[in-house]
Amino acid sequence: MTLRNRWRKTLSYIMLSLTGVCAVVAVSLLFLLLGYLVYNGWRSIDWDFFTKLPKSPGETGGGMANAIVGSLQIILLATLAGLPVGFMAGIYLSEFGGKTFAFLVRYMADLLNGVPSIVIGIFAYAVVVVPMHGNSPLAGGFALALMLIPITARSTEQFMNSVPQTLREGALALGASKWKTIATVVVPAAYRGIATGMILGVARIAGETAPLLFTSGSSNYMNTGFTQPTASLPVMIFYRATAPYDDWHRQAWAAGMVLLLLVLLANVAARLVLSRGISLQK
Amino acid sequence: MATSAAVSAPPPSGARALLRRLQNGDEVARLITLAFASSILLVTVGLIYQLWVTSSLPRQKFGFGFLTSSLWNPVSGEFGALPFIYGTVITSLIALLIAVPLGVGAAIFLSELAPARISSTFTFFIELLAAVPSVIYGVLAIFTLVPLMRDYVEPLLKKSLGFLPIFSGPVFGFGYFTAGVILAIMTLPFIISISREALLEVPTEQREAALALGATRWESTWQAVVPYARLGIFGSIFLALARALGETMAVTMVIGNDPSIHASLFAPGYTIAAVIANEFSEATGDLYLQSLVGLGLVLFLLTIVINAMARLLIIATASRGSSHP
Amino acid sequence: MKKSSFWLGAMGALAILLTLAEAKVLINAAGATFPYPIYGKWIEEFAKVNPDAQINYQSIGSGGGIRQFSEGTVDFGASDMPMTDEQIAKFKNKPLHFPTVLGGIVPTYNLPGVSQELKFTPEALAGIYLGKIKKWNDPEMAKVNPGVKLPDNEIVVVHRSDGSGTSFVFTDYLSKVSPEWKSKVGASTSVSWPVGLGGKGNEGVAGIVKQTPNSIGYVELIYVLQNKMAYGSLRNAAGVFLKADLESVTEAAASAAQSMPADFRVSITNAPGKKAYPIATFTYLLIPSKIDDAAKKKAIVGFLHWVLADGQKYAGSLGYAPLPKEVAAKEEKQIALIK
Repeated sequence: MTLRNRWRKTLSYIMLSLTGVCAVVAVSLLFLLLGYLVYNGWRSIDWDFFTKLPKSPGETGGGMANAIVGSLQIILLATLAGLPVGFMAGIYLSEFGGKTFAFLVRYMADLLNGVPSIVIGIFAYAVVVVPMHGNSPLAGGFALALMLIPITARSTEQFMNSVPQTLREGALALGASKWKTIATVVVPAAYRGIATGMILGVARIAGETAPLLFTSGSSNYMNTGFTQPTASLPVMIFYRATAPYDDWHRQAWAAGMVLLLLVLLANVAARLVLSRGISLQK
Repeated sequence: MATSAAVSAPPPSGARALLRRLQNGDEVARLITLAFASSILLVTVGLIYQLWVTSSLPRQKFGFGFLTSSLWNPVSGEFGALPFIYGTVITSLIALLIAVPLGVGAAIFLSELAPARISSTFTFFIELLAAVPSVIYGVLAIFTLVPLMRDYVEPLLKKSLGFLPIFSGPVFGFGYFTAGVILAIMTLPFIISISREALLEVPTEQREAALALGATRWESTWQAVVPYARLGIFGSIFLALARALGETMAVTMVIGNDPSIHASLFAPGYTIAAVIANEFSEATGDLYLQSLVGLGLVLFLLTIVINAMARLLIIATASRGSSHP
Repeated sequence: MKKSSFWLGAMGALAILLTLAEAKVLINAAGATFPYPIYGKWIEEFAKVNPDAQINYQSIGSGGGIRQFSEGTVDFGASDMPMTDEQIAKFKNKPLHFPTVLGGIVPTYNLPGVSQELKFTPEALAGIYLGKIKKWNDPEMAKVNPGVKLPDNEIVVVHRSDGSGTSFVFTDYLSKVSPEWKSKVGASTSVSWPVGLGGKGNEGVAGIVKQTPNSIGYVELIYVLQNKMAYGSLRNAAGVFLKADLESVTEAAASAAQSMPADFRVSITNAPGKKAYPIATFTYLLIPSKIDDAAKKKAIVGFLHWVLADGQKYAGSLGYAPLPKEVAAKEEKQIALIK
């Protein structure tokens, strides 16, 4: 073998090994970071975390019961507003859309999807916080709903489109009207994918912090109702992590672990549901 | 679509016609879903309008100078966007410089070399990285990355490459470089995932032809397969860039919050998203608040442009891939 | 679908339950991080005496407090810096300032390897924050700290990134002792800092200093006490090096207490007196002079009375100084002005 060829072979070996290293580094980063988080979170978590309210700065103990409830409130609002709108819009795009209007809606949905969440927060501030004269879960939920709608719409459209046309034609041939076909044949056929898209969307907004900073605010109390400033898990993590108190750091780790596990669980569950669904359909 | 045209006859005009149309269940369904779809349009237009209107003061006062001024002084009422644009661009560039080689390399491995089981398992975990909320990356960055950068990485770079202006100056731990690194970690999953898909689309004939001509495995990958997938790979890079530009929490927690421009990467700086996150709820005075909204508008436009380019590239890849037998 | 509808239902039930919770008077307040530790304590203690009132204090900085108070998104605000005439002019009904407690701002630092307490001159502080004094072993620092082995390390300067009353008091002091600072930077809640990192809130600055070696920051005394951080003494106008404590901070307000203006807006930095700590300040509650909601008005007035009487007892143990008696008496009279 000539020297040049030997060099080419060696180079090939080196470069391909490097790509392997890249892949290993990428996956290891995940495990390292998250492992560290879970390790610290596990050491920090206690029953108080879920049941007690936060204490004044400098005092140890307390928990984030109000932040957990607050997050649930905000996510509930966002889901109630965002999922139906996104779902219906997705159905429009896949079943009814004309050429130009559907293109416009799709384009705008993708646009909205790409807007940084902090800018959405500014919009929610102007539209909800200012008229309401204060922070509230309504404002936070509005901001998160705005993020949920395009995600849900596009994923619904995608899975509705993946249903074979033959299913629709069969139902129509049997005399069903279009909307009946959609409701009783197409949607059930695509429901697994649609549900997955919804779960992933909700998991994504559950971790959002930036839009909540100046829409839902923060509080040291358990919230009563939907019109007062409310603590939320991601915002609390932010405030606790940037403070000097060690006990607050401990709580930030615990909260981070809880949030992360919930988000990851939702993601893993959604993907498993989807992959099982696809193989069953085949 | 053809079926709906056959079902509903051409509508006569007038109110009675409207009622008749409404009796048709399909038409009702269409109108309802149309309404929901229109809401997306309304919201997006409303968003742009709101941003534009609520940033009118700085536009009137500074004009184009808002974008080019590097002075951010709430006391004297002078607001310039340049330090934030600079910080946003620099941190994103650092992120790409780190994440692109790493990501494309990993994507090549996962698409070309790894057996299918390993490839999909690795991809599964890497895509989970994309689901981690930003604030959690921020917490990890404060307690692990910042000390690491401050105590080891940055002093090392300073000692070896300190003659370069970008590696000179005091070492804080917080700053452009650290923000860039955490952004790199956050955008890595996108680059890997999309590049890998683009690479998988490449028909095997490309690979085999190169190998048949005597190329080594690497040469066939790098010179035949990767260029074929380059549109998709570029698309993934642009997508990662768009995400990096808009990233807020993790960057806010490590950027150092200094609204000035520094040459050194070790220096603290500010990004558009970070300054809005920090100062929005306490900006006193209309000009201050509207300047922050103006910054938001700049960021919005920036991400639209980058996202559009990303989508075009990805669409181009998909159509190209499917046009080949 | 079944699973998600179950969760939706559960969350909905929870939300409804919460909405039906007992009706308390909810009062929202926001503002300075400087007094947050004691306000938190006061709110907790006041709730024991007056359980119907629930006061939610959001510690977002004086700038935020003034802004939210001006916009009416909170029922009362808090700020270390009294409102300017411009800011007051925006109100239909002139807001009232109520000083609640005295506090001191200390130079806190993180110098591993230096166990002795450092002395700071006004020139040193100004020089460090102007960026002219770059290293810890600068002659300005060395000359007042003989016998301390100051390292040859660059100083990591930390300041506030948000609109801060603490920043106002600090820069107000620097403007008084350094003409260069006064002309180049000035005094305000949000200045254009020549150098350094920005932290959000007193908490943020303390957090950064605590974990960054060779750093210096300015925070309210309680934050260094609670976090066991090192802080230095500062030379006052009379030439004496003093650390911030109950006595020195109280002394700083002594001369001001006699000549307190009717609206209580005053600056007590660089106060005369041998025992006066140079960077001390009152911190204020910003109360509207007209509160329409009767229940809220009762709660707020009750809180104010409590703060001026019982609340003062907690000041010392938390590193603040109680109000001079003359000032508290004047404020009691001002409460009557709330309609």
